[in-house]
Amino acid sequence: MRKLVAVMLFSCLPVMSFAAGGGNNEYVVDAPVNLQDKVSLQNGAKLFVNYCMGCHSMEYLRYGRMAEDLGIPDDLVLENLNFTSDKIGDPMENGMAEEDGKQWFGVTPPDLTLAARHRSADWVYSYLISFYEDEERPFGYNNHVFPNVGMPHVMAGMQQELSEEEFKSNMGDIANFMTYAAEPMAPTRERIGVYVLVFLGILLIPAYLLKKEYWKDVH
Amino acid sequence: MSNDGVNTSRRTFLIGLTSAVGAAGALGAAVPFVKSWQPSAKAENAGAPVQVDISKLEMGQRVVQEWRGQPVWVIRRSEETVSALDALNDQLKDPQSEQDQQPAYASSLWRSIKKEYLILIGICTHLGCSPLYEEEPTVELKEGGFFCPCHGSKFDLAGRVYQGVPAPTNMVVPPHSYLSESVVIVGSEEGETKA
Amino acid sequence: MRMVNGLIDWVDARLPVVNSYKKHMSEYYAPKNFNFWYYFGVLSMVVLVNQLLTGIWLTMFYSPSQGFESVEFIMRDVQWGWLIRYMHAVGASAFFAVVYLHMFRGLLYGSYKPPRELVWIFGMLIYVALMAEGFLGYVLPWGNMSYWGAQVIISLAGAIPFDILPFIDAKDAKEIGDALTTWVRGDYLLSTATVNKFFALHVVAIPLVLVALVFLHILALHEVGSNNPDGVEIKQNKDENGIPRDGIPFHPYYTVKDLPGVIIFLIIFAVVVFFFPTGGGYLIEKPNFVPADPLKTPDHIAPVWYYGPYYAMLRATTIDWFGMSSKAWGLIAMGGGIVVLFLLPWLDRHPVKSIRYKGWLSKLLLLVFAADFVMLGYLGTQPASGLAKTLAQIGTVYYFAFFFIGLPLAHRFEKAKPVPERVTGGH
Repeated sequence: MRKLVAVMLFSCLPVMSFAAGGGNNEYVVDAPVNLQDKVSLQNGAKLFVNYCMGCHSMEYLRYGRMAEDLGIPDDLVLENLNFTSDKIGDPMENGMAEEDGKQWFGVTPPDLTLAARHRSADWVYSYLISFYEDEERPFGYNNHVFPNVGMPHVMAGMQQELSEEEFKSNMGDIANFMTYAAEPMAPTRERIGVYVLVFLGILLIPAYLLKKEYWKDVH
Repeated sequence: MSNDGVNTSRRTFLIGLTSAVGAAGALGAAVPFVKSWQPSAKAENAGAPVQVDISKLEMGQRVVQEWRGQPVWVIRRSEETVSALDALNDQLKDPQSEQDQQPAYASSLWRSIKKEYLILIGICTHLGCSPLYEEEPTVELKEGGFFCPCHGSKFDLAGRVYQGVPAPTNMVVPPHSYLSESVVIVGSEEGETKA
Repeated sequence: MRMVNGLIDWVDARLPVVNSYKKHMSEYYAPKNFNFWYYFGVLSMVVLVNQLLTGIWLTMFYSPSQGFESVEFIMRDVQWGWLIRYMHAVGASAFFAVVYLHMFRGLLYGSYKPPRELVWIFGMLIYVALMAEGFLGYVLPWGNMSYWGAQVIISLAGAIPFDILPFIDAKDAKEIGDALTTWVRGDYLLSTATVNKFFALHVVAIPLVLVALVFLHILALHEVGSNNPDGVEIKQNKDENGIPRDGIPFHPYYTVKDLPGVIIFLIIFAVVVFFFPTGGGYLIEKPNFVPADPLKTPDHIAPVWYYGPYYAMLRATTIDWFGMSSKAWGLIAMGGGIVVLFLLPWLDRHPVKSIRYKGWLSKLLLLVFAADFVMLGYLGTQPASGLAKTLAQIGTVYYFAFFFIGLPLAHRFEKAKPVPERVTGGH
């Protein structure tokens, strides 16, 4: 059976790819990502833990690492952001059992550590601001970026309370935090990269002079 | 090709310079490979300090807690037990704990921060077996202590090794401190390390 | 110093150290007119070392039973693990980049022509081993793209048209194909059993073969001597000491010349590793940031760019011909695209080696071939729309026409320039 499915998939690959290549979603807009903005990242972390982590884990990120990178003291994280364990080095898992999630929403809510790398920060941000009321859906909301999504609009209350600008800024902070979480080493990576390039640039000078010197022999 | 008028010293200098800068680069490039062998964040978390609640510990009782894959013992000792330690000194290899088998704050005669609570890594310093806790005197240990069943090493109730046994040194006291009167944290000195 | 010399003498009496050093370095006479294209051999070596080193280190932290988790473990929990992993992942693409340019150099200057056929054959074997290595390694992170990529490629085993053999009918052929795919997977679906197997092949078996082939490639090269941009055999013009007049010792002249080249390559490599490690989805694809999911195919399955040309040929074949399915033909096109490269030394009938002295037709054909290969590579990574499909079909036809018509016949329709006696240009 699997083999048959595989062969069918294989033979209709071009068609499928064509279907998927049907252009970008017009609702996907640029996300305000700035990994240097600690205030935004902290706010994003707070919102993520409070609104998202009931269902979505962030299992590859450790509380302690987040605390350090975002400049939040350990005890503050343990008190206010960590509801599931008491060790600062633990990964950010949630309390919901997989089967429950599947039963409640039709699909298990996916882990979101890498969502910003899998989709893109823009997608995440646009998705969060693109819920609209739709009577036909079980939870009363639908989404422009992810049509017929299984997730309820958990931030509906916040969206009603805040101005559009404030709400978007909050959602931007979540997208920013998720971008951080997807690749926490990104700022380090770029910093080291600069050192490496400077070093290689320096090394190139004597190496080039050495080549010039020896090749004087060759006529 | 011709080798007339070769500036040998310039060549030697450039070879030296390129090699020196290159060697520095190789050294730098080795850093990630060397450092990756250090404990990972996962291992650090698994090896994080552990807290032990000692409020319910009875006199003479022992609790065992795992820390970094080793048994850590917390034993509550009576006043008599501690005061009897002094009399054993001439039967021991290192009665004054001069060897570096404990943090400075546990280098007293009774080898602990508070006299009442002994905290030890429960591993024999001979070949790594876990000794038996003999609370009551036995034939081997007239004052009580720890007896290693593997090769017969003997330790007193401060983890100090007896003479004439294979174990070379006293048992190890791990770094630890008191977060409160009733909670001791093993592997961390963030709490109180004075009696 | 006397002790050191004594030790060298002692070893040398038992092992050809000094001899080998002379033969392959200080007295290996390489043509003095190597140009830009001649850096990619040594660069392949540099990338090979990078892959071996970072690869060995990754095996210390990776575990095939938890492919996806252990890659994130490396990226986050292992100190500097992210750098080692990025170096390895980007290194894979870099390997193909330099190898493709190295191979193109061979095409430009006829480096596969006699007496260097074996050098070329060993090189091609390296290339094939490299493709296998790349595929196996691609599966290990066990993301969703790993899963579905493996699914598609392993299904190809089921497309082998065994029924072209006279004693096998269509039904038997299908059974053999099924049995073969199950055997490759080691399970009835892609599973840990498959990953374990691929891991062993990726980290031990293929690297051993690769290193051995690289050794043979260089050994064969040093036996016949290097070609050069003029396609002149420098060994045919030696001075009174038996040293080629146009040759210079590999060491020190080419070691010091390669060094700045290697550094410039490392600069480019570092820019990618540190600033664009996923290469916009071309080096590490987005769907691979989700764990393998047998129930959900990524929206767009594309191979990594270096398989692009062959994948485009596979997809371009959509017609059932001579009683064989288009799927079987696709496999033949893809496999044939690689096999034909092995035949290159015998397909090129041009009396002149280097493109410099071939005529306008050869130049044009080669130029179009290079563009064609790049186009096919690009098409292979893109969704196959109507136009893309047509282009891929034209590209596939040209690819084979170049080898089977262009190379054997071009010299009949053009006038080659006279090849000089000695190499031109010093640097």
